[in-house]
Amino acid sequence: HLKLRQVENVRLVDRASSKKAVLGTLYLTATHVIFVENTPDTRKETWILHSQISTIEKQATTATGCPLLIRCKDFQIVQLVIPQERDCHDVYVSLIRLTRPVKYEELYCFSFNPKLDKEEREQGWMLVDLGEEYKRMGLPNNYWQLSDVNRDYRVCDSYPSELYVPKSATAHLIVGSSKFRSRRRFPALCYYYKDNHASICRSSQPLSGFSARCLEDEQMLQAIRKANPGSDFIYVVDTRPKLNAMANRAAGKGYENEDNYSNIKFQFIGIENIHVMRNSLQKMLEVCELKSPSMSDFLWGLENSGWLRHIKAIMDAGIFIAKAVSEEGISVLVHCSDGWDRTAQVCSVASLLLDPHYRTLKGFMILIEKDWISFGHKFNHRYGNLDGDPKEISPVADQFIECVWQLMEQFPCAFEFNERFLIHVQHHIYSCQFGNFLCNSQKEREELRIQERTYSLWAHLWKNRADYLNPLFRADHSQTQGTLHLPATPCNFMYKFWSGMYNRFEKGMQPRQSVTDYLMAVKEETQQLEEELETLEERLEKIQKVQLNRTEVKSKQSEPGRHSGFSTSDNSMANTPQDYSGNMRSFPSRSPSQGDEDSALILTQDNLKSSDPELSANSDQESGVEDLSCRSPSGGERATSEDSSKDRDSDEAVFLTA
Amino acid sequence: MRTGRAQAELLLGPEAPRLRGTLCVTGHHLLLSPGPQDLWLLLLRNVDSIEKRVAGESGTITLRCKDLRVLQLDIEGVEATLDIARSIEALSSLESVITSFPFFYRPKGLRLGDAWHFHPPESYYKRVARETKAWRLSEVNENFSLCPSYPRAVIVPRAVDDKALALSARFRQGGRFPVLSYHHARSGTVLLRSSQPLTGPQKRRCAEDEELLRAVLAGARPGAQGFVVDTRSAQAAKQARMAGGGTEAKAAYPGWKRLHRPLERGRPLQESFVRLVEACGDLEQSTDHWLSRLEGCSWLAHVKEALSTACLTAQGMEREGACILVHGAEGTDSTLLVTSLAQLILDPLSRTMVGFQELVEREWIQAGHPFQLRCAHSAFSHARPKHEAPTFLLFLDCVWQLGRQFPLSLEFGEALLLALFEHAYASPFGTFLCNSEKERCLCEVRSQTHSLWSRLNQPKEQRKLRNPLYVLNPLALWPSVEPQSLQLWQGLFLRWTRPPEPPEVAWEKVWQIVTEKRKTDDSQPTASASEPQP
Repeated sequence: HLKLRQVENVRLVDRASSKKAVLGTLYLTATHVIFVENTPDTRKETWILHSQISTIEKQATTATGCPLLIRCKDFQIVQLVIPQERDCHDVYVSLIRLTRPVKYEELYCFSFNPKLDKEEREQGWMLVDLGEEYKRMGLPNNYWQLSDVNRDYRVCDSYPSELYVPKSATAHLIVGSSKFRSRRRFPALCYYYKDNHASICRSSQPLSGFSARCLEDEQMLQAIRKANPGSDFIYVVDTRPKLNAMANRAAGKGYENEDNYSNIKFQFIGIENIHVMRNSLQKMLEVCELKSPSMSDFLWGLENSGWLRHIKAIMDAGIFIAKAVSEEGISVLVHCSDGWDRTAQVCSVASLLLDPHYRTLKGFMILIEKDWISFGHKFNHRYGNLDGDPKEISPVADQFIECVWQLMEQFPCAFEFNERFLIHVQHHIYSCQFGNFLCNSQKEREELRIQERTYSLWAHLWKNRADYLNPLFRADHSQTQGTLHLPATPCNFMYKFWSGMYNRFEKGMQPRQSVTDYLMAVKEETQQLEEELETLEERLEKIQKVQLNRTEVKSKQSEPGRHSGFSTSDNSMANTPQDYSGNMRSFPSRSPSQGDEDSALILTQDNLKSSDPELSANSDQESGVEDLSCRSPSGGERATSEDSSKDRDSDEAVFLTA
Repeated sequence: MRTGRAQAELLLGPEAPRLRGTLCVTGHHLLLSPGPQDLWLLLLRNVDSIEKRVAGESGTITLRCKDLRVLQLDIEGVEATLDIARSIEALSSLESVITSFPFFYRPKGLRLGDAWHFHPPESYYKRVARETKAWRLSEVNENFSLCPSYPRAVIVPRAVDDKALALSARFRQGGRFPVLSYHHARSGTVLLRSSQPLTGPQKRRCAEDEELLRAVLAGARPGAQGFVVDTRSAQAAKQARMAGGGTEAKAAYPGWKRLHRPLERGRPLQESFVRLVEACGDLEQSTDHWLSRLEGCSWLAHVKEALSTACLTAQGMEREGACILVHGAEGTDSTLLVTSLAQLILDPLSRTMVGFQELVEREWIQAGHPFQLRCAHSAFSHARPKHEAPTFLLFLDCVWQLGRQFPLSLEFGEALLLALFEHAYASPFGTFLCNSEKERCLCEVRSQTHSLWSRLNQPKEQRKLRNPLYVLNPLALWPSVEPQSLQLWQGLFLRWTRPPEPPEVAWEKVWQIVTEKRKTDDSQPTASASEPQP
């Protein structure tokens, strides 16, 4: 599908300041778009996976070339200017085709080879084992059993083949209940809280219409209640807004009627549907894309997008369920419409609040594997891996990942993993580099033989786990053990905009120094020193024994500067000023007559002459010095025009009127 | 004045346990002793507003404090409630400085007169003198006759004599002639501050004032340019001429150009603060409109404006090699905000524990920020604001934003900023008393009260105030001022409403990691060198 493979003299525009651009070569491959800078010493490369590309926009040709705007699903925005209109068109057409694969086999994971042998690959797929996970929960037990009713996906093709159901639920009951549920997604166990036998179950909506009933379904819910011996009722949580659920009744679907089911308490929690969420994200990203927005523009835009309100709705639902389970000891059945989007979000947020295991690196992988992958979250449709209906696309998992981040912000010591881990998981949900998130269900994945043909993301992340650890994690602290307790007050101001995700490619906006990386470096060095210390002490002991034997004592000498301390990564130090002049493009410059180049030179020399070598080296890293010369001409022009202005009073300096 | 004593129950916050005991009002404090050993104490000066309600046999007093805490007292007896409320009301609003608590506070372990050895103009001058010969320390203001809001000594161009300074002072509002605020050795440029020139509608000029600014450029890097950063809009500066003020005319000050960067001040700033605190305290508000309420307060917009003006100033010095004079109208508020932030951006020394204290002392206290007037009330007072404005709090917020973006580059942590906020509004120490050095001299603050700095520099306090992550960063800190990069300072504005534990637990862990590292560093056996080589 490649119309051309390479374009020379392409400019990559810096989105922070549109005047900056780097010249380079654009390469198109079967899997990536690659831009390589011409700058000989760095030759910096920008790689973009085709599967990450969300939209490509060809903009009006200008004197400098034909601009191409690429928006990515991981929120990177790349603006290229291609000299020839024809080349630009060819790149555009090629990318349009490449970013819309029609067969799974076209996806990156089928060609990606991390140089692991067959055995390693198989081991990688075994890292996350759901059978073990249910055992960890304390299953099977007197109340819950593993059911094979869905073997070969006979009852429900979007469910896993192995499921836990109440012991009293016979196959007949399950099949009967499944016929009364959308897409036959009958109530099944999601999480079992062994401290008090309460559980979280999930399903899709009942096909109740205005009056339909199903005896088996009613008995199924009864069975769930009985599996929690201490309780008189269960909660049925419908995560949709009531209006949506009622509208579904007209289509023969709907929600449980409390009168028909004995001992249920029914509850709506208004989380909006995938279409609302898609539009909300779109609106928020438009705000993120604004160039130098005012504080008002930003806050209004963020509020109008509704994004944080939706995040809070999901969190509230999770909190409600976690409280019902841990504090009241009441089991909860959760559903939405089909039970694979909102239900997955809410169940996993609740599990994360309830069980510290899911707040560990491995536990979080298991959580995603269980609630999302195995229970048939439609990754392919939601994240547009294959070309499909754009109305199916929605940031459902993105929202869950953000919920986790919001919790991490509130409980900095409760999670074993760090923000980078969440960002990388988000990236790979879209990347199609690993097979984990392919397809819409387990059944499809089995048919495609994903595990034989692709690699597992979990193994890859686990191998690099050192990068993903949170140095502040305190597994031993009372506050981070057991259920996480959120304050009772409605703390809407706790939910913050996540610039580390949505503006993550605008490095200038992020904190310039990373506490996580610094502390990890400190910890690592402490560990090394301790190990060294141990071996040294052992040897010292031996020596002392020898010396005692010889009854000789040598004078002690210290070894200065044996280890020079650690330094933080270089990029944490490099920092350049940004555009602080609001609507003006540049700082005022000296008028041309005074010789800008000369003064810029003097400045450079001053820096070089500086007594502190580190300082001058760093100053050179900063690009500000070059900026001066390229900014000054325009500044000068403005200066002259301003001087000749009619109003003699307005002798204000040049750059105010841009 | 009635001093009340009653049985009461104290509610410190939404999730805090209740304290029950005998309540008592003394001259400066509200005391509650829940047991023979325990004593809960509130400085009455800290009370910003008081609200009383009586029902049946008891009453409730709600105290809203200047440090933004909200306390509820349930008191037995209607009469007692009213008495106590009256006493608190009367005692919390006393305006006399010399009868205020700092004049009676004699803590153990501190000696009067300690730590008043911060003589910023003098000690700072020593630093400048090492770097350049173009400046001198002038004692022209020895008896505060030239400028009542300046300290006794100021740093001025060597080429300008005291007589010229006196004339320049007459040409500037409140006598605040241009003085050196910061010398940036790396670029050989200086940061100055002053008040507006009194050009008036006739566009008066003052040769000595012009000479002063000419001397500044002559003393700087050859070919250096000057910029006047006026913290008012061009419009406002022009209007100020009608009232006798104005701004530097370009023709009169060759080499100097003017920039207008309007910063909010005075009542609108105070109102912004009040609205923000109101929004943060409103726990019942519908969850949907938090962000638009935050927007409506404009506080973050003010943070953004203040930071970007300071960045522009710093950029002008370091990147353009320009000398910069900052002033607004009086030169005691937004001017100091800009000059102190610019120094923090440029000067690694001012980011150390000692350097930052010195910066606050030199650029706020000694520079004549009228703390007494500005911090008379905090966000809860129902009184019409007269001179109140949270300029200093805005400064602290900007410092916090800087620390958030450069978490390893400030030697002090959030706790120091919180402490300064508290003490600026109500303190047992004398440091933030009065409006100027002149007033402090008259009240004998230095000899009769303790300095906050001596408390903060006690080892016990230091451990709480230091940033364990600090690593010297010799470069300028260029923060992002994009809205995405600025956050609400939850540690201050939600301090009493959010659960305090999670950040504290994290802080402990950070300390633990860093201390472990230091311990292993220290325990490296020095005997290793005696090991014979195999």
